[in-house]
Amino acid sequence: MNNRMTALFETKKENILNIYFTAGYPNIDDTVTIIKQLEHSGADLIEVGIPYSDPLADGPTIQESGTAALKNGFTLKLLFEQIREARKTANVPLILMGYVNQLMQFGVEKFVAQCADSGVDGLIIPDLPPNVFEKEYKELFAKHNLSFTFLVTPNTSDERIKMLDSLSTGFLYIVSSAAITGAKSGISEEQIAYFKRISSLISSPKLIGFGISDNETFTTACTYAEGAIIGSAFIKMLSKEGVAGIDGYIQSVRG
Amino acid sequence: MAMVNAANMPDVNGYFGEYGGSFVPPQLQVILDEITAEYLKTKDDPEFQKEMAYYQKHYVGRPSPVFFCERLTAKIGGAKIYLKREDLNHTGAHKINHCIGEALLAKRLGKTKIIAETGAGQHGVALATVAALLGLECEIHMGEVDIAKEHPNVVRMQILGATVVPVTHGLKTLKEAVDSAFEAYLKDPVTQLYAIGSVVGPHPFPMMVRDFQQIIGEEAKVQFEELTGTLPDNIVACVGGGSNAMGLFTAFLNDESVAIYGVEPAGHGVEIAGKHAATITKGTPGMIHGFKCYMLQDENGEPSPVHSVASGLDYPGVGPQHSYLHDLKRVNYTHIDDTDAIDAFFELSRSEGIIPAIESSHAVAFAMKLAKELPSDQTILVNLSGRGDKDIDFVVENFGKKYGI
Repeated sequence: MNNRMTALFETKKENILNIYFTAGYPNIDDTVTIIKQLEHSGADLIEVGIPYSDPLADGPTIQESGTAALKNGFTLKLLFEQIREARKTANVPLILMGYVNQLMQFGVEKFVAQCADSGVDGLIIPDLPPNVFEKEYKELFAKHNLSFTFLVTPNTSDERIKMLDSLSTGFLYIVSSAAITGAKSGISEEQIAYFKRISSLISSPKLIGFGISDNETFTTACTYAEGAIIGSAFIKMLSKEGVAGIDGYIQSVRG
Repeated sequence: MAMVNAANMPDVNGYFGEYGGSFVPPQLQVILDEITAEYLKTKDDPEFQKEMAYYQKHYVGRPSPVFFCERLTAKIGGAKIYLKREDLNHTGAHKINHCIGEALLAKRLGKTKIIAETGAGQHGVALATVAALLGLECEIHMGEVDIAKEHPNVVRMQILGATVVPVTHGLKTLKEAVDSAFEAYLKDPVTQLYAIGSVVGPHPFPMMVRDFQQIIGEEAKVQFEELTGTLPDNIVACVGGGSNAMGLFTAFLNDESVAIYGVEPAGHGVEIAGKHAATITKGTPGMIHGFKCYMLQDENGEPSPVHSVASGLDYPGVGPQHSYLHDLKRVNYTHIDDTDAIDAFFELSRSEGIIPAIESSHAVAFAMKLAKELPSDQTILVNLSGRGDKDIDFVVENFGKKYGI
């Protein structure tokens, strides 16, 4: 079967909207509804965060949603069931974001087999080092038709950016600041210079994340990349308005 | 017995066997690579070594003595018990050994602030102390539960000019304090240095902290030979993250005649999940705080709740080198519960006039058990990693009655 994400990047080259949400939040069974509603409202790509209590790359908003989801009784087994359920109708590309230990404890082979079987198109594992990926995971992911996305940050060297570009099998996740998710909003001159530097170095599609929250930041980010990722701001909206607020929010971001 | 070439640990990527490494988001990896490069360049620099030696001697008060516990040994009957007196260091524990190294490194890197977590407050106090000494800002993250339990150390940090940030999520103890400190660090890794409190975390921290601590074993080896003419038959240290233990063990890893014991906190009992922190005894390999080690976790890879009467030991992970030394069977990892640790706390206080930290009391308790089983020509050297002043209110309030207080 074709990888839905690869197909997306082949056909759409601009204004790609990737929405991140934490599975099992606000309510444990919201996962399916959120995926369907996001696709319906016009998200191009959906990144499903696997709740974890030790998320080194994530700020307070995403951490709190993860803790709440764990309290709600989240398990990976349940997540794969929910993705299977959503896939009955949804055709939007789906990416899972989690941490190495979650894969290790579930069993890496079993994890990727479940991903492929339930209809996951790609993975983001921010704490998986590139050398370990290349040695132990690359072939396995490819075998299950799962793309893999690396994060690039402002302090990443040109040499390393090129290396990540060649290793990446999905898009490159351009972290807009050297902080954790949800740290600040708005885009500075300095960040624009950084986005331009990256564009000159890579050939993979790129999406900008961290600090994207509304139409203004989304539009600016899309000037320098194929699209952008919204996470913390979307979760904040969900906390306030629940799934009923999704359509209005996506429309406001699209403008 | 498997012999260990400690000089080869870790490898260039920070692995001790399959443990250790660095599993962190890329923005942090860049910073860690810088710290590694600077540390490797610095550690053998004669200027740096001279500075370290100066502060160790004139500020910390090294070498700390090795002391023979005559009355305790007579009382127990069996092997002779000796203590390496890290409790006599300035600030009252071994933590200052690596804090001086980390703070000097921070200055070399041009950082103006050091940031860290603390459990019992020993690392926090030691770091706040060297920050004052070297003119650096200092921010310490500490769980609310530990803040209440270790009040004197909180006040000490504040008197020394450090900012103590209370951590209010989760179990509000050491694991959450690490999360919180890492988060604060990531907000500004350029002007700050994370000065981790044990031989844990991503590469290069387990290597760096061990290197700064190994002076304990190096001194003890010479001192013990001066006292007895030979090496100790057994050496013992408590293991939470494992910094004082690596400090003592490293110099003895290649001495085949020396049996090595790491004592984990059994809390209310290792069979009761969530009520102990015996990571190697009951854990499985996993990833926590950016490194691979034995850890206590559930089937989703979530770190388990942990408990120990000693705040400095209740961590669901353990140093990667300990994890490897366990697999190699070079070190015997065992455990002591809360009750026996408190017994040892009073026993050492009353038979030798030395009040040990509750953490170190775990090592003393195991040494007492081991001594009983061994003949009187055997020797046991215990790392007395810290003094118990910080624990007296907590101990008397919770256990005083049993001991007539």
